[in-house]
This record gives sequence, structure tokens and C-alpha cells, in this order.
Amino acid sequence: MIKKSFFERIKPLLYLLPFIASVTLFTLYPIVNVIRMSFLEGYKYLSGAYTGVGLGNYQKVINDPFFRQALSNTFRYVLLVVPISTALAIVIATMLNQKIKFQSFFQTAYFLPMVTSSLAVGLAWRFMFNDKVGILNYVLNIFGIQGPSWLTTPAGNFIAVVVFGIWAILPNTIILLLSGLQNIDPLYYTAAKVDGAKTLRIFFRITVPLLAPTIMLVIIINTISTFKMYHELFPLFNGPGIAYNLFTVVYYIYYEFRVMSPPKYGYAAAAAVMLLITVFIFTMLQRAVQAWSRKERGEDVKKVKRHRDQNK
Amino acid sequence: MSRKSRDTETRINKEPLSIGRIAMYVCLFIGALIMIFPFYWMITGAFKTWTEVNKIPPTLIPENPFNLENFIYAFKTAPFGRYFINSILALIGCIVTCSFTTILAAFAFSRLRFPGREFIFSLLLSLMMVPYEMIIITNYRTIVHWNLHDTIWALILPFMSSIFYTYILKGFFDSVPESLYQAAKVDGCSDWKYLWRVMVPMAKSSLATIILLNAIATWNSFLWPMIATNSKEVRTLPFGLYAFMTEGGQRNERMMAASTIVVIPMIIIFLFARKYIISGMSRGGIKG
Repeated sequence: MIKKSFFERIKPLLYLLPFIASVTLFTLYPIVNVIRMSFLEGYKYLSGAYTGVGLGNYQKVINDPFFRQALSNTFRYVLLVVPISTALAIVIATMLNQKIKFQSFFQTAYFLPMVTSSLAVGLAWRFMFNDKVGILNYVLNIFGIQGPSWLTTPAGNFIAVVVFGIWAILPNTIILLLSGLQNIDPLYYTAAKVDGAKTLRIFFRITVPLLAPTIMLVIIINTISTFKMYHELFPLFNGPGIAYNLFTVVYYIYYEFRVMSPPKYGYAAAAAVMLLITVFIFTMLQRAVQAWSRKERGEDVKKVKRHRDQNK
Repeated sequence: MSRKSRDTETRINKEPLSIGRIAMYVCLFIGALIMIFPFYWMITGAFKTWTEVNKIPPTLIPENPFNLENFIYAFKTAPFGRYFINSILALIGCIVTCSFTTILAAFAFSRLRFPGREFIFSLLLSLMMVPYEMIIITNYRTIVHWNLHDTIWALILPFMSSIFYTYILKGFFDSVPESLYQAAKVDGCSDWKYLWRVMVPMAKSSLATIILLNAIATWNSFLWPMIATNSKEVRTLPFGLYAFMTEGGQRNERMMAASTIVVIPMIIIFLFARKYIISGMSRGGIKG
């Protein structure tokens, strides 16, 4: 083997240096630092002084009524937004996956919310939610429905953020499901149609079962992202709801280190570590599902190939 | 595929316009209208007057579609021009630096040999799941510590690298045959030259995707600018919009004008580069 020169040997390092330096400073170090801070009690950032090491921050956070409220709001939000948005997205994605006209119009319409500022769009929703002059309650009124006071009552606040959340998460969900649908072998549909199966039957007997791995994946990914909800609170209510009733886990983190004065870094860090653990569990689930679906798909492809070979 | 089966397929795909098919189009159109409606309401609202905005029933088309008063008010009371320039500066800064680190790192992970390459890369990938909200706490302190709080650098520095974009680009680099690299080496082409003369031009569409995703993320980013900057001279558009809302009262028609200013550039980019953006989004699942 030819001996590499010194320069040749350190070359990969030079290529990686800007990237690794940046990742270390702004991703790796912050993670380590937050975990450390979460165990330091009575921590003062400026002086670096602390009164003790232990689980004190965690205890405080878990017993904090705001954190409990945040947990319950977050869970209720996830449990409403994820199933509804996934169900809607399955139907829409299945329709978009057909050979249809106006493809580019539909793509633009369904995917536009992905590229636009959630703050600006949130303000448009706030305008639509307006209790007195908003278009939503006007339209509901036409159908004889007394719309909720979206912006001025705690209950209305929650419904508003759920509606906005479903609308905002749909594009990403549809895209993921579409790529799952495109992986289904068209042979299945051809066979079903030759047999004269009806559209609904095809949907429930072929599309949904074959899409199951993707659906599970989507549910997990959406659970992670809805669990981190708090952006939506700023345009709609300037904060956690009309009566401090809409704390979410991530808003709690933001509140402790940014709104509280002096900032409670220890509490924010402890809550952040608990968030990380939750996300970690769901990510492991996601990996397991991905591995499983890859295996399934591999076997599907084998089956279809065998089927084709037999028919030659 | 045999000729026979192709015939069956085309026959089946030529669907007649049945009732079911019409119902499907109706559903898709209604859904599309619901998805677009907030944008429509925002942009038309920007051209309405205060009395018109508070009218019941609401008007679907502004009474005077050339009423620019709300835009004039927005530009007069808040320096939206300045915000716009700041947004562009942050955008260029992030795209240039991040693309540079991404290209170098993706090349190193894909082509160069060094011990622990696979291990380091999988470690980096696992970092992608860490919630950004967790990292923000320390990054804020870092920026303050370096006296960069309330400067444009605070908006660029933490975003000079992206594991997700590196992952996308490495995926493309991996798909380029190794033999091409070996051939170039035999011809005496240095790694540096090979990367910039051969790989980068080949990776045009992957690069376009990551640049577009980066542009969208930077342009819309709102929380970090709100934490890391403060003064009007440094605010970007979304933070400026939020300040406009909290400081300037809650007149809906004015807010819609300001929101329109923020949203329009991204709508235009989306209309022109839809394919790249959608392919990038379907790679990630979670916004980078």
C-alpha cells in the first residue's frame, strides 16, 4: 500500500471542518448543555452559580400546574389533530393519486401552506375566526349553526387552534401518503378492476391495507410534530390562549426561559429533556415501522414478480 | 411488460366520466378551495377598508380592488422595507454558508475515506430527531455571550450547517458511480477540482432542492429572530409582522396587508419551483 502524505490523511478532516465545527457549536453542545442544566438546581446563567445537583428541577416542573396543563393540552391536541388530519389526508391523497386533470392546480392548492409563513397565515385565520365579523361564523350561520367564540373563550380557543393545526399539517401528510401510494404496484388495481370491484371496495380492501405501513409512519411523524405545537399560539392569541389556558409543552419551555423574569433555565431545561425523551421514544417506534415496512415491501415485490413469472 | 397487459392497462385507465368520477372532482375542488381560502382572504382583505372589513355579510371581492391604503400605512408605520432587506440578507447568508458546508461535508461522507465515517454519519443522523426547541435555549446564551445579540449574524450563525441537507446531498453523491471518481483520479484531477467541476454541476437538481428548502425555512423563521434580535434595524419580515401586530393595534385589514407582504415572495417561488420543493418535502417528512 502506498503511504499517504500527511495532507492526504488530514484532507477529509479539512472538508468536514466547517460542517463539524458548526454542528458541534450549535447542535451538539446545546444538547449536552441543556441536559447538564436540567440537573443543576437554582442555576444562575450569568454567574454560573448553582445551589445543588439533583432532580429538583424535574420535581418542580412535574408539580407545576402550568406544566400539567401544558401536558393535558398537548395530549388533547395530538389526539384530535393526528387522527383527523391523517384520515382526511388518506382520502385526498388517494384521489390525487388517480389520473386526474388539473394536477398542477390541485398540487398548488394543497401544498401551498407548506411554503408560507405560519405566522402570516395564522393571522389570516385569526381574521377568519373573528367572533363578530369573521367569515367562519358567518358561513356557519348560513347553515343555521351558532359558531363558537373562537378567539374570546377558552373552549373556543382550543377548537380554533385544532382547526388551524389540521389545516396546517395536511400538506405534509398528503405528500408522505402520496409517496406511499406510488409504491403500491398498479398490478393490484388492474386485477381488482378486471374482477369488477367497486371503487369503495378497492379503497378499503386494497389501498388502505397496502398503505398501512405508510399510514403508521405518518401517524408517528405527525404525533412528534404536533407534540411540539406552540408556533400557532402566537398569531392566534399572542400567547397561550385568552386566559393562559392553552399552555403546551414547548410553549412552557419558551415561557420559562424567555417570558419569566429572571429566566428559569433549570425548569426550561428539565422540560426540554422530558420532551427529548418523548420524541426519542416515538422516533424509535418510527424506525421500527420503517424497518418493518421495508421488509413487507420486499416480500410484496417478490410475490408480484413470482406472479408475473407464472403468467409468462 | 408484454403487449397484451399494456393494452388492458390503457383500456382501464381511460375512465369514462362516471358519477363517481364527478363526485371525486367535486370533493377535490372543495378541498382545494378550503386549502387556498385563507390566502385568498388575506390578500383580498389587504385591499379592503376598515368599514368593509367589519361589514356583515363580508364582501368576497374588495369594493375597491386598487385600494393600496393599507400597504401604504404598513410601510409608513413600520419599516417593512428594512425588514424585507434584512430577510434577504439573512436568506443569502444562510444559503451561501450552509450550501458551502453541506457540499464539502456531503462529499467527504460520500467519497473520501477516513476511519469512523459510517459511525459519525449515523450519529449525526440521530441528532436530527432532537427538537429544535431544546437547542434554542443554549444558542440564545451563546449568541448573547459572543455579543452578537441583535445583529444580523445572530440570524445566520446557528444555521450555517444542516444535517438534513447534508443527508439529501450525500444521497445524490452516493448515486454517482465510483468509477467516474476513479477515472478522474487517474487523469490527475484533484478531489477539490472533481468536487466543484464534476459533482456539483451534476447535483444541480439536488442542490436546487436544498437551497429552496433552506430559503423557505429561513424566510418563514419567526421564533429564533424574535429571541435573537430586538431592534427595528435587524428584524426580519415575520418578526416585523408580529411586532406590527402587538405594537400597532389589531386592525385586520392592515394586518392582512402586512401578511401579504411576507407571503407573496414564497408563493411566487412555489409557483415556479413546485416540483423541486415537493420532492424535497417528501424526502424529509419533518420540516428541516
